[in-house]
Amino acid sequence: MAVQKLPLAKALNESLRKALDTDPKVLIMGEDVGKLGGVFRVTDGLQKDFGEDRVIDTPLAESGIVGTAIGLALRGYRPVVEIQFDGFVFPAYDQIVTQLAKMHARALGKIKMPVVIRIPYGGGIGAVEHHSESPEALFAHVAGLKVVSPSNSSDAYWMLQQAIQSDDPVIFFEPKRRYWDKGEVDVEAIPGPLHKARIDRSGSDITLAAYGPMVKVCVEAAAAAAEEGKSVEVLDLRSMSPIDFDTIQKSVEKTGRLVVVHEAPVFYGSGAEIAARITERCFYHLEAPVLRVGGYHAPYPPARLEEEYLPGLDRVLDAVDRSLAY
Amino acid sequence: MTVESTAARKPRRSTKRVSAAKEPQNSEPQLVQLLTPEGERVEHPEYEIDLTPDELRGLYRDMVLTRRFDAEATSLQRQGELGLWASLLGQEAAQIGSGRALRDDDYVFPTYREHGVAWCRGVDPTNLLGMFRGVNHGGWDPSTNNFHLYTIVIGSQTLHATGYAMGVAKDGADSAVIAYFGDGASSQGDVAESFTFSAVYNAPVVFFCQNNQWAISEPTEKQTRVPLYQRAQGFGFPGVRVDGNDVLACLAVTRSALERARRGEGPTLVEAFTYRMGAHTTSDDPTKYRADEERQAWEAKDPILRLRTYLENAGHADEAFFTSLDEESETLGKRVREAVRAMPDPDHLAIFENVYADGHALVDEERAQFLAYQASFAEEGN
Repeated sequence: MAVQKLPLAKALNESLRKALDTDPKVLIMGEDVGKLGGVFRVTDGLQKDFGEDRVIDTPLAESGIVGTAIGLALRGYRPVVEIQFDGFVFPAYDQIVTQLAKMHARALGKIKMPVVIRIPYGGGIGAVEHHSESPEALFAHVAGLKVVSPSNSSDAYWMLQQAIQSDDPVIFFEPKRRYWDKGEVDVEAIPGPLHKARIDRSGSDITLAAYGPMVKVCVEAAAAAAEEGKSVEVLDLRSMSPIDFDTIQKSVEKTGRLVVVHEAPVFYGSGAEIAARITERCFYHLEAPVLRVGGYHAPYPPARLEEEYLPGLDRVLDAVDRSLAY
Repeated sequence: MTVESTAARKPRRSTKRVSAAKEPQNSEPQLVQLLTPEGERVEHPEYEIDLTPDELRGLYRDMVLTRRFDAEATSLQRQGELGLWASLLGQEAAQIGSGRALRDDDYVFPTYREHGVAWCRGVDPTNLLGMFRGVNHGGWDPSTNNFHLYTIVIGSQTLHATGYAMGVAKDGADSAVIAYFGDGASSQGDVAESFTFSAVYNAPVVFFCQNNQWAISEPTEKQTRVPLYQRAQGFGFPGVRVDGNDVLACLAVTRSALERARRGEGPTLVEAFTYRMGAHTTSDDPTKYRADEERQAWEAKDPILRLRTYLENAGHADEAFFTSLDEESETLGKRVREAVRAMPDPDHLAIFENVYADGHALVDEERAQFLAYQASFAEEGN
């Protein structure tokens, strides 16, 4: 059966299994990825089937995980490391930014860094501090890194394969509150390019651009808006570095309006970059300023407040209304 | 030259090196020494070395040429040809001794001062100068000489070395990996994490700490409350302190640690107790933070002088050897000077090259914008 219905986490698991099976140089590394199968069970059963040499439980030291992955990549391996939660990546940030991102350039292209860093990210699961953040802009800002995030099971399966095959370091953000959402995965399909945006839903009045966990919210907002007679196009950007501006431009030239939606704080976020570039590219097509919906310039709040913090259906619809009011 | 096949090693009990006795971190107890500052050959119960006169002259030549190269680079910086230079003056024995202990298939992860180790690896010294001149950030292919790029953020490379060594073990190879770092870097979390990872995975890596007493203006007392080699004990592997100005001891101790790694017995920390005679880099002024007397005391322990005394007293080298080496030094200095002055600035488009292996739409877009901007001047006839 080529097409299977899988939860997003299971699609990632199948993707990792395939990568380990296909290429003996692929390694999985991280805290609790072995016997436990990861705290979200994304690596469930992999150590049992591929052994402790391929699926490596590491000491609890994020800089060490990424730093040794760099060394393993220099030796010809393709490490896929798991950072347990978004807020735990910062001890490894130095290795990612000062070492991993720059190694290829410093060697004038003579060495490659095929390292994938998987990070479960975003809120909405009622977690404690440091377990709900969206730091994607901090990585997208760094030249030498690529940053992607799937929003559904099929992309989870295929984008992870593509990230592992890439000779560049890829920060792979997994929308943790979508881990349990089921979707169809065609394991024999020919996937599109890793960094191409996808039109999730066509519309003619306004474009919503999102990625990862917010795609679902935007699709629901589009459905609600349709009941009021508004035709909303939803783009799943899939990649935050590079960003497929051509697809956004094409959509905005059609609709004349753009709202960018993400969980991360709006200030200096990916929405700012998209708004600036689309304003440059589509100035004469825009009927309204590009609006952004996202998190506030505040630490991610305690779980009892996250519903207020996270962009939900109403906040997205409010932005749609504001845009259409121009 | 090769010194691979000479010294026989005695098996040793590694735990002897890691006494928990309290001692000031910068005193010199338990220093493995085979050649005294006066140039006298002495024995050590656990480390011995037996080199031919030819091999001894080879070590001397390495140190002299490395010092000459270093002096030339310092001058080039003063003449404005290099933006910065990190001198190794005083650390020649630590670098040549450890560097000559390596096999070709071993892999080196340097910090930014390992010019002597690079020399031992056969890296053309002029290759080291590109980053200090500002034409690249490294530029050489690490796999050509198994010598990784210089790493500026201190301690980072100890993790790369550990990961690489984990890969060596996975491959079933019997080569070893060596990571260089300094006393300042020993304070970094990455160094502690590399100790943890290497111990847990029994990685074939040697941590070679050149304790040159100063991390820019901070003395070792600001980095540690125990002698650095004793750190290893807490991680479960041996640590040994060697006279870093004694090329023979550095060679013997490093060779022993590398062979231990090859035998699958895991990491070793070697602390080479030495002294940076010059500034941290050409940007700082050591007279502001340390006393002249200190440098003078260390000058008496000069690594090159002591080997020369030994060579002369033992009749291993005659005047012709030293004269010929002087000439070779001058030739090297001239070659380096000319190579630096001839080093072209990179093409402007190099900014956009090698940012990514598989390309990136934004880099392509910005390269095109840059080209269009440049072309606009031509159109205006400027």
